[in-house]
Amino acid sequence: MKFEIEDVTVYFPYDNIYPEQYSYMVELKRALDAKGHCLLEMPTGTGKTIALLSLITSYVLSKPNSPLKLIYCTRTVHEMEKTLAELRLLHDYQLQHLGPAARILALGLSSRKNLCVNSRVLAAENRDSVDAGCRKLTASWVRALAAENPSVPSCEFFEQYERAGSSAVLPPGVYTLQDLRVFGKEKGWCPYYLARHMVQFANVVVYSYQYLLDPKVASIISKEMQKESVVVFDEAHNIDNVCIEALSVSVRRQTIEGARRNLTRMRQEIDKFKATDAGRLRAEYNRLVEGLALRGDLPATDAWLANPALPDDILKEAVPGNIRRAEHFIHVLRRLVQYLEGRLDTENVEKESPVSFVVSILNHAGIDQKSLKFCYDRLHSLMMTLEITDTDEFLHIQTICDFATLVGTYARGFSIIIEPFDERMPHIPDPVLQLCCHDASLAIKPVFERFQSVVITSGTLSPIDLYPRLLNFNPVVSRSFTMSLTRDCICPMVLTRGSDQLPVSTKFDMRSDLGVVRNYGRLLLEMSSVVPDGIVCFFVSYSYMDGIVNTWNENGILKEIMQHKLVFIETQDVVETTLALDNYRKACDCGRGAIFFSVARGKVAEGIDFDRHYGRLVIMFGVPFQYTLSKILLARLEYLRDTFQIKEGDFLTFDALRQAAQCVGRVIRSKADYGMMIFADKRYSRHDKRSKLPSWILSHLHDAHLNLSTDMALHIAREFLRKMAQPYDKTGGTGRKTLLSQEDLQKMVISGMDDMMF
Amino acid sequence: MSSGQVVKRVKYKATVKDPGTPGVLRLTQEKFVFKPNDPTTNNKLDVEFRFIKSHKHTKEGSGKPPWLNLTHAQGSYIFELESFADLHVCRELVGIALSKHVQGEATKVISEEQLSSAEMTLRIKLLQEDSKLQRLHKELVASGKLTESEFWATKKKLLDQDESRKLKQRIGFKNSLIFDTKPMSDGRINQVKFQLTPEIKYQACFLLCIFALKPAVHQAFLNFVPSKMNEVDFWNKYFKAEYLHSTKNAVAAAAEAAEDEDLAVFLKDDEILEIEARKKVRRVDPTLDMEADQGDDYTHLPDHGIFRDGSKEVSEAQNALYKRTLLQDLNRQGAVVLEGKTLDMEMEHPRTVAEILARRKQKSDEVVGDEERQNRISKMTPIEDLQAQDDHNYAPLCIKDPRDYFDFQQANAVKTLDDSQPGTEQMTCSLGSEEAYGSLMAAISKIQATGLRDPLFSPDVALKVLHGLTRNISSTKNHLGKTSQESVLDILPNTTKEKLLDHWVCSQELLRHFWSSYPVTTQNLVNKTRRLKDSISQIYSKLEEIKVSASSDLRHQVSLVVHPMQQIKVYGQFFTQALDAALLHYDADIKKRNARVSKKSNGYV
Repeated sequence: MKFEIEDVTVYFPYDNIYPEQYSYMVELKRALDAKGHCLLEMPTGTGKTIALLSLITSYVLSKPNSPLKLIYCTRTVHEMEKTLAELRLLHDYQLQHLGPAARILALGLSSRKNLCVNSRVLAAENRDSVDAGCRKLTASWVRALAAENPSVPSCEFFEQYERAGSSAVLPPGVYTLQDLRVFGKEKGWCPYYLARHMVQFANVVVYSYQYLLDPKVASIISKEMQKESVVVFDEAHNIDNVCIEALSVSVRRQTIEGARRNLTRMRQEIDKFKATDAGRLRAEYNRLVEGLALRGDLPATDAWLANPALPDDILKEAVPGNIRRAEHFIHVLRRLVQYLEGRLDTENVEKESPVSFVVSILNHAGIDQKSLKFCYDRLHSLMMTLEITDTDEFLHIQTICDFATLVGTYARGFSIIIEPFDERMPHIPDPVLQLCCHDASLAIKPVFERFQSVVITSGTLSPIDLYPRLLNFNPVVSRSFTMSLTRDCICPMVLTRGSDQLPVSTKFDMRSDLGVVRNYGRLLLEMSSVVPDGIVCFFVSYSYMDGIVNTWNENGILKEIMQHKLVFIETQDVVETTLALDNYRKACDCGRGAIFFSVARGKVAEGIDFDRHYGRLVIMFGVPFQYTLSKILLARLEYLRDTFQIKEGDFLTFDALRQAAQCVGRVIRSKADYGMMIFADKRYSRHDKRSKLPSWILSHLHDAHLNLSTDMALHIAREFLRKMAQPYDKTGGTGRKTLLSQEDLQKMVISGMDDMMF
Repeated sequence: MSSGQVVKRVKYKATVKDPGTPGVLRLTQEKFVFKPNDPTTNNKLDVEFRFIKSHKHTKEGSGKPPWLNLTHAQGSYIFELESFADLHVCRELVGIALSKHVQGEATKVISEEQLSSAEMTLRIKLLQEDSKLQRLHKELVASGKLTESEFWATKKKLLDQDESRKLKQRIGFKNSLIFDTKPMSDGRINQVKFQLTPEIKYQACFLLCIFALKPAVHQAFLNFVPSKMNEVDFWNKYFKAEYLHSTKNAVAAAAEAAEDEDLAVFLKDDEILEIEARKKVRRVDPTLDMEADQGDDYTHLPDHGIFRDGSKEVSEAQNALYKRTLLQDLNRQGAVVLEGKTLDMEMEHPRTVAEILARRKQKSDEVVGDEERQNRISKMTPIEDLQAQDDHNYAPLCIKDPRDYFDFQQANAVKTLDDSQPGTEQMTCSLGSEEAYGSLMAAISKIQATGLRDPLFSPDVALKVLHGLTRNISSTKNHLGKTSQESVLDILPNTTKEKLLDHWVCSQELLRHFWSSYPVTTQNLVNKTRRLKDSISQIYSKLEEIKVSASSDLRHQVSLVVHPMQQIKVYGQFFTQALDAALLHYDADIKKRNARVSKKSNGYV
């Protein structure tokens, strides 16, 4: 359908639209007009992505002289693929209506691991080995060697891409990662470098958060993005955590040992070069006197992860004298590693600020703050000079230099925490030195400053006023939309008591209580006999899940549950979990029915949809609070209190409830879908907890469903499922429309927007 | 060629690379015989042509020696002849022999599907038992009206009946596999019982569970038993390993594994499973592929990101190899249940069970391409209820009162009988119930208004109709009514009756095939319908023949002349009506399809 929002003609690839999608577009358009940032919360299952994409692309189409680029950030690769698939649908529709004028180039970008088509490189296990494998074939010096000596292996895809030169371009269209690989294979061009190159010219780029937020990646990939861009962070409820992770580093025993090995190897390389090609080292020295090697001059294939500090914080000046010579730098690093090892050797938990840590490094190891700051770039330069291609072997020394650079750059917003062992397993010594970032606004600051509009959107951003404070920005639009429902297709319940009427909770003092475990088991058992197709269960942590499943197994509940449905479980092994999910879907598809056990804050809770028959019921066992004894969390809470005046309790509850809401929100994808949500913990019935849930859940949470026991919940579930099985009018019938056609929209625009407030 | 026998010097090759055994090839219409020159070699061949599926030969001037290649079910026989002239002679004969066999021996004809010998014998047995079926088979298949497989396709039930001893539905795995194969400790420390649920037949089911859940054990069984150890030892080892797992003592398990390498097989992670998992992960739905995320995620660099804030879990790296968790087992079991293939047999030797499973696994290892993944994702994306309501022009399902239907059918039957009566005009009535009611009401009101001045029908017409109806009814009724067994056919002489019945059965069969091949979607079906149409049209003439012969035979049997003739007529009518309908449909369909084809070509060219 086609409709006008003020001066923009919006092309929307479906024949109908939800009213909230329309309002969402209106708000988004205002933010784009104002060239400002915005924060939009809209429930899952109302088609946020397509609304976003169609408004922004239509906006660009209606203003052809403003070259607006869309940078769409997703959390996971499969969301990237989903987004691109929706964009393709939209693009086809626009082409159909506007002809060639609507042509755009849209592509997804991922790591070499997901884009490479060279079978030799792809054989490697993980991302780092693939990166290194690629570098071994494509680094500038390797290619120079290969040009002379044909027996040196090189990558035929990259060579052909290079040979094609400027004619190697992607024709307009929408390219998923899969399409890129196919295109690359067809043409014989390396899809990874082709995509990297085309990112500058693309109208829409879809990639992972880290490509913008993590300075190590962003300064390579995203440095050439123009200011006139709209940056979208989809499913952004965890964006603060991503920001924090991007700037945090930890050093462990293994890191120290590995770094030592790396240093020895580099020392040998230097000696070798001294004997054969001393001029090369001298040349590097001269370059360093003039300032650091500018990354722009390097061939794309030589670039690796960039400086972990943010671009504005990196000084453009010469490298300090004491680390200019290669062997001196190696000495400095040795001393640093030595010092860190000494600090790891502690019996108590220590917490320190970066400033005092830097001072003590100076005192004990004789390395000043400025040298620390340049460590990463100096290491990079040295590795280039030494022509080291197996970078995956050198991750440890990289970590050490990351740490040094960060600690040397930032004086506030960080702390250093040294723990001799994990609190939960005090008998196993595993010392770790962590540099953790507390301030999410640090990593995202350059994004807000650089780009014209940043859109942060998700199904769960409640309370919506907290995010601007955490991320330190001023949105021009900040709205939370509710869901207009044709029928009550979601049914949230708070279950406080088990079948024996005793309270259930995962509170610390109750969680190992056998009665609670049994009550939870009975709940799942009863529900599995009533609910068709898929059931998803979320637990508060892996260890809790492991424990409870074992207990259920011992007292036979598991066996009973499995008489009704198959059971699949998220484990820490990604491959296994992926297969388990696939099997789960198969079981739901074939009608066998299945239960999936998963963990809040886990990978599955973050990114997998359990829509339609894949999830008719989701049970959240307990409140997914963070581990409150964690030293890092405590430090962060302290920082939040001091800087943003956010109370610890409030933040913890907010964090737990957004996770819970995120988990249960996975079951609904459209208004034709339906699902039940059970919050199984007595703490959810308390107002201070419950009120933190997003409004679209709260508005369906009846007072009568606030304090249920298993039998009552079972009764409600039966009723609900029976009601949902009835046919219904999709447009919402006579009352308020929940599905608008083009006509409805036109009428509404004429009559004004009075009845459109969602 | 005229003698029907050819003798040539050839070299016989089992494979293309085989240098070949020199010898003499003797070809007749029925079979070919190869005798090697060296009588000590055992390369003698004596093969009937009915086992040969097809033949190929090399072309003159292609640079290859003159080869004749006869393909049979398992492979092919290759003969290298001395010259191309020889090859041509042989080829001609083989061609004739093969074509004869394809047409000729019906029961042994080569069908598209490969028949197992068991199925073949079953079919032959069925034919032998049932003479009618055999006659039908002879009539339809031997004359080439239907192919072997087409014939049997409609006789599936007969084939299945014989297999009813076997279970119709394959039973899947129970969802409690792992519980059935887990050790139960009875509380005392040293004694562990592996309880085998009594209702489970020990051998097959139990082994199946274990083999399906643990491919490594399966592999080990195939490798070790009986060459390395006997079965009892094997299972002892296995259960010892299981016990070690159940104690959750990873250290002890590691120690034991170090001592006994056979035991280690059971204790270690299942490598086969891992390889399989890698394979499977590649064809997983892309919206689930979390492995791709990990490849993209730069916070998963070692030591980057927040390491110990409680959200990430601690794992003990040591001895992880020997630590198998319940969670993994549960996932594995779910996967196995979903795959859900068990064996039908009840009591089998474990070795055979293991081998059958191994074979089955090989078969199921097919690769699904990337395209399917792509399709899956694009299927996922659209939001269902935003799309326009699909307003396909389905006719609403309207279930009528069954009596209406039968009334309607009766009217038809009466109509056909009427047709046979010369002199009565045919009236086609196609009135809906409402129209009929309307006209009836109109007539009544007219009568009420005008009175019954003129009769509604002319009396002669009414009489004629009545007469015609009663005659038909009474004639059939009379003969049917006498005894329960006796039918109208019985008044016919036996030979005619049997002929008629045969034709009846035969045309029934043909019609069934004819209608079942609609809608015509493939070239195969087009051919079939054409063939069927031809044979249907032949039946007309045959019926006519019967009529003629019957009347001539019975001329002197005065009393019976009228009735049989009439009966034959009636039957003929039934036949012809059904056959007419089929032919009509065929013509209409052909026309329609031709129209469509021409339209298409116009549209696109």
